[in-house]
Amino acid sequence: MKVKSPLEIYRLLPKTNCKECGYDTCMSLAAHIIDRSAKPEDCKPLVEDAKHDDEARQNLEKLIELTSPEIDEVIVGKDLKIGGEEVLHRHELTFFNPTALFFDVWDTMDDKEIDRRCSKVVGYRKFYVGRFLTLDGIAVRCTSGNPERFAEVAKKVAGYGSPIVLVSLNASCMRAALEAVGEHNPLIYAATLENWEEFLKLALEFKTPVVVRSQDLDALKSLAATFRSSGVKVVLDPVTEPVGEGLRETFERVIQLRRTAILGGDKEIACPLIITPIAAWKAEGDAVSRAYWETVIASLFIIKYGDAMILHSLEPYTIMPLIMLRANIYTDPRTPVQVEAGLREINSPDPDSPVFITTNFALTYYTVESDLTSGKIKGWLLVLDTEGLGVEVSVAGGQFTAEKVKELIDKTGVAEKVNHSYLVIPGLAARLQGAIEDETGWRVLVGPTDSGRIKGWLEKNWPPK
Amino acid sequence: MRLNLEEFFKLLSKYEIEEIEGLKLEGDIEIEIEEGAAIDVINEINLAMQHLMKALSMLGAAPVTPSLPSAPVPHREFRLLEEKFEPLPVKYSGTIQEVQLGAKRSEGGSRGSVVKLGGERSLPFYLFDSPQPNLPAIAIDVFDRPIPLPKAVREHYSDVMENPGEWAKKAVKLGADVVTIHLVSTDPLIDDTPPGEAAKVVEEVLQAVKVPVIVGGSGNKEKDPVVLEKAAEVAEGERLLLASATLDMDWERIGNAAKNHGHVVLSWTQMDMNNQKTLNRYLLKRLELPRESLVMDPTTAALGYGLDYAYTNMERIRIAGLKGDEDLSFPISSGTTNAWGAREAWMKDSPIEGDTSWGPRELRGPLWEITTGLTLSLAGVDLFMMMHPAAVAVMKEFMATLGGRKDRIETEDWVGVEL
Ligand code: B12
Ligand code: SF4
Repeated sequence: MKVKSPLEIYRLLPKTNCKECGYDTCMSLAAHIIDRSAKPEDCKPLVEDAKHDDEARQNLEKLIELTSPEIDEVIVGKDLKIGGEEVLHRHELTFFNPTALFFDVWDTMDDKEIDRRCSKVVGYRKFYVGRFLTLDGIAVRCTSGNPERFAEVAKKVAGYGSPIVLVSLNASCMRAALEAVGEHNPLIYAATLENWEEFLKLALEFKTPVVVRSQDLDALKSLAATFRSSGVKVVLDPVTEPVGEGLRETFERVIQLRRTAILGGDKEIACPLIITPIAAWKAEGDAVSRAYWETVIASLFIIKYGDAMILHSLEPYTIMPLIMLRANIYTDPRTPVQVEAGLREINSPDPDSPVFITTNFALTYYTVESDLTSGKIKGWLLVLDTEGLGVEVSVAGGQFTAEKVKELIDKTGVAEKVNHSYLVIPGLAARLQGAIEDETGWRVLVGPTDSGRIKGWLEKNWPPK
Repeated sequence: MRLNLEEFFKLLSKYEIEEIEGLKLEGDIEIEIEEGAAIDVINEINLAMQHLMKALSMLGAAPVTPSLPSAPVPHREFRLLEEKFEPLPVKYSGTIQEVQLGAKRSEGGSRGSVVKLGGERSLPFYLFDSPQPNLPAIAIDVFDRPIPLPKAVREHYSDVMENPGEWAKKAVKLGADVVTIHLVSTDPLIDDTPPGEAAKVVEEVLQAVKVPVIVGGSGNKEKDPVVLEKAAEVAEGERLLLASATLDMDWERIGNAAKNHGHVVLSWTQMDMNNQKTLNRYLLKRLELPRESLVMDPTTAALGYGLDYAYTNMERIRIAGLKGDEDLSFPISSGTTNAWGAREAWMKDSPIEGDTSWGPRELRGPLWEITTGLTLSLAGVDLFMMMHPAAVAVMKEFMATLGGRKDRIETEDWVGVEL
């Protein structure tokens, strides 16, 4: 984004403070546009005026231009966004669109295996901080050299409804596949110095985004400039070499491209980057070593600027670290992720059910809540406002105190819902046991340090003797 | 065929395409193109468009998508725009302090090998900005008594857990550049081992291996300074890394022990850059600890359990150091073994309904340690404290690769082949 101060945005807004955008003032919307939690188009009056008023139209266009991301944002499928980044380091703002993970099938694979892999991709789930993390899409590779077969497999895969990448360097194969699934807005992989003209025509005809591929960054930039000047959305592939000096050079290319785009203002290459850790499967080694190395390459580029990726391993032991790393790197460092404080009822508790307390740090809360729910434990869960901090951190920092526990108990009226006065606190808050007993008059039981062990703990300790 | 781009005409004149045959003006915003001339004109238009877009983007404007006339596509001809990519060089004014762990006989110690940490002038592995004199080192954790460990880790050490010397030897065999001896038994709540006895274990480890040694306390705020001081005494001149001095304990005593007996201090804070700065300043300014005797540990959180905080904290510290903040330009150490605290690393499978199975934990656990370490290596860590042998091996390979210590190996392109 070219502007740094909300004032520059405010100047171009209607300045009537009509609140239609959902914010109290135009200045407030401007501030939200700056941190990208709102868009210029959210100002409905401006959008309306722009339809007939020249000045309003110019202001709107100017706003959109000024606030467009440093790195172009490209849509694949219906609404998978890749790129759109602003900064080189997450603490400078945040990273926005998590690296899109595509897993491959190829067209000489038998149909059963294709179905098996596609189901794995669309069915994958890992619960984390209140939601299930999932995978993004499927890369269909042409290994047959046969346009009909490639089209047939592309069609089959499109049936799974996930975004797709079509992989072939051969224009007639690509054309056949595009005729079959072009309307799903696949990403086409890849235009090179050899085939670019044909691929440019395909991209224009089918209106799809294109990956341009070259190890030579002059050539890559030339390809990107050529495609973009025709209005085609471009994703850059500086070619992932999987091992040795080649991998180091890949790292260098990726860093140079992103850094020069953001700090150097080179707009021609300010495009999303695609990385292909799948290349690790052409290196030496057994299946586990290759799966590990693929994960290493993927992790490296989840951290450093990979906006999309093509991977091969569908083993849960490689997928899980990757999607959790992605979740971590792409969480917004500006705000601790927190949930609302209060009282939650878990599995329809009754007056005999235990009362637990935890904090409102999202990671803590959801871990505890899902442990209780999955463990089929009936209980009352008090959620303390610790300003979004975990148990140990808030005990150490003074946001988890006996006084606040008392306030929460009083406010939620939990005492009226149960016929006992036992409160189970996290093991990591053990040192507050006495203070909470003194402050609230409840009997405090110290639970286990990991909420995953509450079930076993209850078997021994509930009901209290 | 209609085209209503006002700018179009300005553009034509700008690029000296004054006249196009077969082009007729209708009104002031629409143009009509005669059938026969269409293809040529469109090629011209396309070219002009390409130039326009380029010009716009050079001016820093957002590339607008032009509404191109839709010509019969196959007839189009395009020209490749020749471009040169000029990478943007980045230079920092600061240098990360180089710190040596271990001392050879000639240097007053008895180590067979030493390890140098730090010395960077750029972000980690940005060799194109500046050469990186030292690759990060890996230390393997050894404890002075058997401790509970996740199964995947325990199975590699169960035969040596009763004997710290043997454990240390095994660590070196498994690739450790450095060995860490954690004197956990000194904790008053565990065995309350007296400092004198604990120091004997340190001597035992120094005897058993030739690599540099890190000595860790139990984390007990009262006892650690005494224990580490004793260890510093018996290992005079060995350039041990004393782990750790923290703000809420007698850091002065630990710092002085290092200064007086020729060792290095690990300055440990809990994910707070300002606290890190404060503690480093205390050690450097108040105690006048030499700069080459300080390593810092800004705290490691596992993948999924605060790694984002750890990564960003370390990255910020490193960037501050490179930009010339002399209180933060020191090598960084990471307790990567923390990764095993994450339930995803050690639990048999997910306790959560609806999760896809997590897969075999023997394979999952080491990857948790690798991913945690690898992430932090990109933030600027110079010294990793690790445990699983496979994780150690992969991290070494990874760092040697990015550090430019590997040859080129050609591999076949994956694009059109079965795997
Ligand atoms: C991430 C982190 C931070 C982040 C916090 C982000 C956040 N939103 O919470 C930041 C950087 C802000 C931070 C700051 C500090 N931190 Co800190 N931090 C950590 C770290 C690395 C991870 C904590 C975490 O998120 N764990 C994961 C969550 C899910 O765990 P949890 O909340 O405890 O929940 C689990 C259990 O408690 C239990 N549970 C939860 N609820 C319930 C309920 C019941 C009924 C039961 C039975 C169980 C249960 O199950 C959950 C799942 O396992 C730990 C070290 C570590 N590796 O553990 C240090 C750590 C907690 N921090 C520590 C300290 C000292 C601090 C600071 C005071 C230091 C400072 N710099 O000033 C500040 C405090 C700030 C404040 N409070 O104002 C110390 C605490 C030492 C102590 N025991 O007193 C730790 C242990 C580091 C250390 N080894 O010294 N920290
Ligand atoms: S909708 Fe537009 S005019 Fe109204 S308050 Fe928001 S920014 Fe201002």
